[in-house]
Amino acid sequence: MNILSLFPAVPLVMMLGLWLSKSRRQIHAVMVVGSSVLLALAVWLVFHYLGLREAGETAQMLLTKSVMWYAPLHIHYAVGVDGISVAMLLLSAIIVFTGTFASWQMQKDVKAYFLWFCLLSVGVFGFFISVDLFTMFMFYEVALIPMYLLIGVWGSGRKEYSAMKLTLMLMGGSALLLIGILGIYFGAGATTMNVQEIAALHNIPVQLQRIWFPLVFVGFGVLGALFPFHTWSPDGHASAPTAVSMLHAGVLMKLGGYGCFRVAMYLLPEAAHELSWIFIILTTISVVYGAFSACVQTDLKYINAYSSVSHCGLVLFAILMMNTTASTGAILQMLSHGLMTALFFALIGMIYGRTHTRDVRQLSGLMKVMPFLAVGYVIAGLANLGLPGLSGFVAEMTIFNGAFMNDDTFHRVVTVIACTSIVITAVYILRVVGKILYGTCENPEHLKLSDATWDERFAVICLIVAIAGMGLAPLWVSDMIRGSVSELIAHILS
Amino acid sequence: MEYTILILLLPFVSFLFLGLAGMKLRPVVAGAIGTAVLAVVAVLSYTTAWEYFSAGRDAAGLYPTLMPWNTVWLPISGDLHIDLGILLDPISVMMLVVISTVSLMVHIYSFGYMKGERGFQRYYAFLSLFTMSMMGLVVATNIFQMYLFWELVGVSSYLLIGFYYTKPEAIAASKKAFIVTRFADLGFLIGILVHGYYAGTFTFTPAATTLAAGVMIPLALGLMFIGGAGKSAMFPLHIWLPDAMEGPTPVSALIHAATMVVAGVYLVARMFPLFIGYAPEVLHWTAYIGAFTALYAAVVACVQSDIKRVLAFSTISQIGFMIVALGVCTSNDPHTGGLGYMASMFHLFTHAMFKALLFLGAGAIIHAVHSNEMSTMGGLRKYMPLTHITFLVACLAIAGIWPFSGFFSKDEILTACFSFSPVMGWVMTAIAGLTAFYMFRLYYGIFWGRENRELHAEHTPHEAPFTMTLPLLILAAVTCVAGFIPFGQFVSADGLPYTIHIDGSVATLSLCVAVVAIALATWMYAREKQPVADRLAERFSGLHRAAYHRFYIDEVYQFITHRVIFACISTPIAWFDRHVVDGFLNLLATATNGASCLIRQMQSGSVQRYCIWFLGGALGLTILILFIC
Repeated sequence: MNILSLFPAVPLVMMLGLWLSKSRRQIHAVMVVGSSVLLALAVWLVFHYLGLREAGETAQMLLTKSVMWYAPLHIHYAVGVDGISVAMLLLSAIIVFTGTFASWQMQKDVKAYFLWFCLLSVGVFGFFISVDLFTMFMFYEVALIPMYLLIGVWGSGRKEYSAMKLTLMLMGGSALLLIGILGIYFGAGATTMNVQEIAALHNIPVQLQRIWFPLVFVGFGVLGALFPFHTWSPDGHASAPTAVSMLHAGVLMKLGGYGCFRVAMYLLPEAAHELSWIFIILTTISVVYGAFSACVQTDLKYINAYSSVSHCGLVLFAILMMNTTASTGAILQMLSHGLMTALFFALIGMIYGRTHTRDVRQLSGLMKVMPFLAVGYVIAGLANLGLPGLSGFVAEMTIFNGAFMNDDTFHRVVTVIACTSIVITAVYILRVVGKILYGTCENPEHLKLSDATWDERFAVICLIVAIAGMGLAPLWVSDMIRGSVSELIAHILS
Repeated sequence: MEYTILILLLPFVSFLFLGLAGMKLRPVVAGAIGTAVLAVVAVLSYTTAWEYFSAGRDAAGLYPTLMPWNTVWLPISGDLHIDLGILLDPISVMMLVVISTVSLMVHIYSFGYMKGERGFQRYYAFLSLFTMSMMGLVVATNIFQMYLFWELVGVSSYLLIGFYYTKPEAIAASKKAFIVTRFADLGFLIGILVHGYYAGTFTFTPAATTLAAGVMIPLALGLMFIGGAGKSAMFPLHIWLPDAMEGPTPVSALIHAATMVVAGVYLVARMFPLFIGYAPEVLHWTAYIGAFTALYAAVVACVQSDIKRVLAFSTISQIGFMIVALGVCTSNDPHTGGLGYMASMFHLFTHAMFKALLFLGAGAIIHAVHSNEMSTMGGLRKYMPLTHITFLVACLAIAGIWPFSGFFSKDEILTACFSFSPVMGWVMTAIAGLTAFYMFRLYYGIFWGRENRELHAEHTPHEAPFTMTLPLLILAAVTCVAGFIPFGQFVSADGLPYTIHIDGSVATLSLCVAVVAIALATWMYAREKQPVADRLAERFSGLHRAAYHRFYIDEVYQFITHRVIFACISTPIAWFDRHVVDGFLNLLATATNGASCLIRQMQSGSVQRYCIWFLGGALGLTILILFIC
């Protein structure tokens, strides 16, 4: 069996284990063992991948495996990884692992909750290892559906509305995506669904590309919070339970950026060249608009959701810049945003679990009451506003430098506009930090609250270590990603 | 000189240790660890300086530029990469000495000043973080490393200003400081991007050929200066510095007087070869900005009543002097034309010492009377003799009285200004006079003048403990002798030794102006009754009030941020998002819902209705077919 297939297989086994487990204790045991195995696998894969590259493997995709699945449409179960997918797998494994600990206190119907949670991870892991368009699409759908139940059943607030909205919007995106994928398949001569092979054929007529590119880009863009298709995000995040928010903002939104790059840009390069300007304008709007919107929100999760719109906008923005540096930055930003937004949502969930409010106007002086969570929040905030030494800085600086390398006025202007987000980010982050953490605690009820429990501490510390690790020593991850990105970019520009 | 890496690593380790384990330690132990590490760092810095300067000049007569460490931290593209390393040249070595000295003094001083404060350990952790960042900034081997540490310095400043995090003013001030400097850093960042693109490198010494091709270099340097102006509190980006005084006073001494705020000056000095070679007009513009800032801050300082604010504005004004000195350099004659460069660095050095002394002195006074307001002071010379004498030394130095250090550096600046243009020379001399005036107004207000006897009877002010007076004495001693350091032998624009000689006419002029200003201040403020000062304040009450409110610049900002950005941009965008973008989606959903409600009526379950639909449908189809055929 191919080692990569273990990634979706382990969560499947975990689902079986959960189904069989009798008590909460056993459920937790299954989750901890399973997610640790996944994390170990991901870490091992990183080393293995780097080792293979070191040994001189030059193939674009490593550890490939292809099994015929449905011959008439040339659908294969085809897997393989390059530096980008390895990085994404590592990110997903970290988020699933920490998400498990962040859901430790979950009381309601734990078994079903974790079952759906595992199914969601099957989809996510499957998506990142697939190199077949159809398999990729299938895993994409597998990842979306559990979201509906997880939010609708275990969520809070207007959960039915949010779950419905999120699912319908993302489904609308997948509809476009399906048409686009079929368009690519038939446009390329209907001989293969394999991404690498379609790219190698490079035979989709430009007039067809012009039709399919917007469909695929918007289809994935919906998940990547592309303006104006982002409005599922604030409501969805606000209603989702903690670990689901973490997984959703941390990993699921990255499926969008990953797909835009791997499918839309890579397979339809000529159209990408012609039409990129439209999407550059939209993503620039995302970046600034999200940040400005975040400035006046009062719900902690809304603030973070809009901040995600801004940061994920930067991912798509960088991809559209079509050079190695900016695209490397985009992948770094996915990693960085995934980690820090997961940390944010974890902390917000923990604070909400204690205070039962996420309204910034009702919170104050939490630093004295729950110092651990508060310090974690400050660190997450600093990472978010791009403090050197934490992951955000690395990603943003790579993106801005890369974007600036396009030496025409249009690209320069949008780059400068996008850069302004670093100031606006500082405004909304510091506003919240100042409001809810500092000052004196005005609500006497809050004074009685306790600080983080061990499982919460563990999740928070893991994420902070990952953020700081990437921020302090970005060289290896940047090199790993750059190697693969440069091949994709070379194809896009050819 | 590989050991220089320890200068960065030790404070970093100390920060991590105190940050993670500090709360488990006793406060004194945590403070002792931080101070001990800093002492080692200071010793290492002095050793570095000694070794560097005693190694002598190379064949060309210059001190060599050493790079004991440099590694790629993050590759950007083929040629561009962000490196982290250590660069030693005369100005970076000079800065190492300045920072480690002041930082060590502040560490020792804080033992007394911060005694019993909640979060003592956290305080020392942040101090370590700041020291590490500032050291990293000055030894940066490339502009991006400088930016990286620049941001870290900004964050440590944010954390330290907001140290008393339960105080609303402190929170607001820390936020303001961070956001204003961040805004300026946006300019810095874009400047770096432009520079990196056109010069093809982030190092400070791009190849001349690539530079000649880039007509954008002046733009890049101008943008970088915006970043420098933010950190160095140049008008109109100065508004954060007076508010930053909400932080603990030793922090103000270290960050907001001696080290961080001169980062902008250091940036211009670092990029000086590029400025003078490719963008002299930008350099001269910085001089005009610096001069205006110096004047503005000096005027405002004359009427402030909070002693830390007076000192803050005097800092802004003095940094203006340094920027002016750099800006008046000309490329006509690299040796004498670069006098301003040497003068600026010299003033940076002397100013760091006497301004730290002033702030630490102010801290001792605040410690004694528990207030920043001048109205609670007066006549303190009787209670705090040591503080009094050291404060006086610093005042004389900043006023430019021989033989204190400020005299020498300011004299060089004025000489450089006069050789640039007589107008600039006279203006700066006038501002120097203003400096002497407001400093002695402050001095008399604290130690002489109207004494608040009621308050002092209730709570007798006392001299500060030894941990606080020791740094005062050391810094006062340095202030007395620093002027005699042959600074031009170490640092100069073209690297060749520059012999400082006092220009007789300029020296006489500046001394006379300073003495007159001090005499004026003595006449107005030294006595118990101050009729002249009161009458003046009344006679020019409009001007007085405007200056007291810093000419309402803060209100302008307040208006822009709250009324324009928040009310006219953010709120409408958020509304638009909820009601238009999202509203459209909800409309779609409602429309779909409505449509399905309509269609649902067809499936009502009643046979009669089905019949009607059936007949109607059949009829409709028949008509359609007939019509088409």
